[in-house]
Amino acid sequence: MAVIEVRLSLLPKGLEAKEIAEKIKENFPDQVIDVAEFRDQVSVIVKKDQITRICKYLHDDPLLSLDHLQDLTAVDYSGKKDVRFEVVYNLYSIEYRHKIRIRAQVPEPNPKINSVVPIWAGANWHERECFDMFGIVFTGHPDLRRILMPEDWEGHPLRKDYPLKGPEKEWSGYAQVVELARKLKEFEWEG
Amino acid sequence: MEQLERVLETRELNVSMGPQHPATHGVLRLVLDIDGETVVKVTPYVGYLHRGIEKLGESLSYFQALPLTDRMDYVSSMTNNIGYVNAVERLFGIEAPERARFIRTMVGEMARIANHLLWLATHALDIGAMTVFLYCFREREWILELFEKICGARLTVTYPRIGGVRNDVSQEFLDSLYKFTEEFPTRIPEYETLIDKNRIWLKRTVGIGVISAEEAVNWGLTGPTLRGSGVPYDVRKYMPYDAYDKVEFDVPIGTEGDTYDRYRCRMMEFRQSNNIIRQCIEKLPPGPVMADAPKFTLQPKDKMFPITHPTKKHAFYIDEKVCKGCGMCARACPAKAIFGEKKKPHKINQELCLSCANCYVTCKFKALKIVPGGKGLSEEKLRELAAAPLPEEIKNAAGHLVEHFTFVKRGPRAPEGELYVATEVPKGELGFYFVSDGSGKPYRMRIRAPSFIHAGVLPRLCVGHLVADVIANIGTIDLVLGECDR
Repeated sequence: MAVIEVRLSLLPKGLEAKEIAEKIKENFPDQVIDVAEFRDQVSVIVKKDQITRICKYLHDDPLLSLDHLQDLTAVDYSGKKDVRFEVVYNLYSIEYRHKIRIRAQVPEPNPKINSVVPIWAGANWHERECFDMFGIVFTGHPDLRRILMPEDWEGHPLRKDYPLKGPEKEWSGYAQVVELARKLKEFEWEG
Repeated sequence: MEQLERVLETRELNVSMGPQHPATHGVLRLVLDIDGETVVKVTPYVGYLHRGIEKLGESLSYFQALPLTDRMDYVSSMTNNIGYVNAVERLFGIEAPERARFIRTMVGEMARIANHLLWLATHALDIGAMTVFLYCFREREWILELFEKICGARLTVTYPRIGGVRNDVSQEFLDSLYKFTEEFPTRIPEYETLIDKNRIWLKRTVGIGVISAEEAVNWGLTGPTLRGSGVPYDVRKYMPYDAYDKVEFDVPIGTEGDTYDRYRCRMMEFRQSNNIIRQCIEKLPPGPVMADAPKFTLQPKDKMFPITHPTKKHAFYIDEKVCKGCGMCARACPAKAIFGEKKKPHKINQELCLSCANCYVTCKFKALKIVPGGKGLSEEKLRELAAAPLPEEIKNAAGHLVEHFTFVKRGPRAPEGELYVATEVPKGELGFYFVSDGSGKPYRMRIRAPSFIHAGVLPRLCVGHLVADVIANIGTIDLVLGECDR
């Protein structure tokens, strides 16, 4: 029960993002497809099969210790790239202050990738959101349900082929509410 | 006795709390499995406020998506804007001028104080301390009034813009803000005397919702919720943006990782934020508040002033030989002064014309001619004058106007690439992940909302505690459902 104000003297920065990318290449030579760089941010594009092993290595290696999963999301490259989906992991090390981005390619018919919840507990809701919005199934996830959309919603809203204004068919839950409102109208007070 | 025990069987009870519960800060629904008074299982349901901001962002230009970020965390919309503009600026590769960066830091910290005040007010109210609520709103009102002074809005401000800020701050505003920073530190002890050593407050917060440092990092917690567990991770220090590397401040951290430590952390942050605001006012450098990057930011309005001058009314005239009769100008005209059949030259009713130049900028065939100062002249005279070449000043202004129009309509084109930029909002780390395909709209706009992740940790914090502590736990993670559901 004590709170202190610390004047942070930050430790020197850890590894350069490029060095981390090199390390991943060394350890998983057959998994890395490409390394991309934009505005000093490096992303490593990998195959999806060994994603848990790669993440476990990045999390546990004492020199990397990428313990903070900043963000986990997916991107739909429908028609732009050969592989439709990419699951993106933004990783950061609070101890060493370095970061890296991992992009795992997930091909189209029934998109599937292994879950990283055993490594970062915080990935739980991110993966549920990805499932909800893109329909990517995370195998090994403890509780894979829709999170933002209703349970019985059809389609995955953030896919590029999903219409911006929503589907033409009204959601069944909305129809129920309208029906209920109509029924309850007879009890309305008409003063 | 034996018989009685058989009759009084106990079983777990399933209680739905929310989405319309006053203590759930919006529309959060928790399904609690309780065994007597103890919580066995918590299942949060979110998404009641889902507006699809990420999907909307993909269909809007970078300028247009900015006001959407106000609607995420409506308690501190200023910091959301700052997070967005910082990410977009990095994507464009431009930098805001020094003065704008200091102003942004200043207003960002004001928003932090306003947010923490609202948090303290509602958190204390949930737990049962009514007076704090009234005290906090007194000061929050003061800050909102200051916001009103600089941008006219209190809640959804949209004051920071891509490349700088909307407008410069006046000396009068700085004086009143400085007065606030002098007064505010004397108000903090007022809240503290009310609850800091209050026995009920201590009973309700000490040892409640304890989370260790490693676990907090593993769960992805950020902001004061993480710092209460003793991890000094603050984006302002770790990845400085705006002017945070030019001001001095400390990071308060807790030791126990319980509700009380998180409360203390936020109370200390009041003082730090107050200090940062003072330093910003003292160090505020002179200069412009908008970056000079014509490809990415809007140019000052006075460049096109000669043509939109309110007193010198210019007339517009459609050249029959050039006009194809597409009807674009007629649709753009706010006064409905343009008429004509389809595929035949249109005409302007000069009596209705407002000289707004909307038709001029929409015409693709350059059929519209400007007649400087020609308001009120006859049709014949206008035709005669329209053939004459334009004065240089008007010509330039008209060019700027067309440029401005197409720029706003199309939006700035971002280079191809992807990046993730994080900023520290009062709730934690707000991240924007952009994927750009080189067009005027983001290919993918992802928002990492701290409230969303913090709501996910609720089951971990609540299980094993009493039902009443669920309320304390919702308060301590500082949840805003608008941001959580996006």
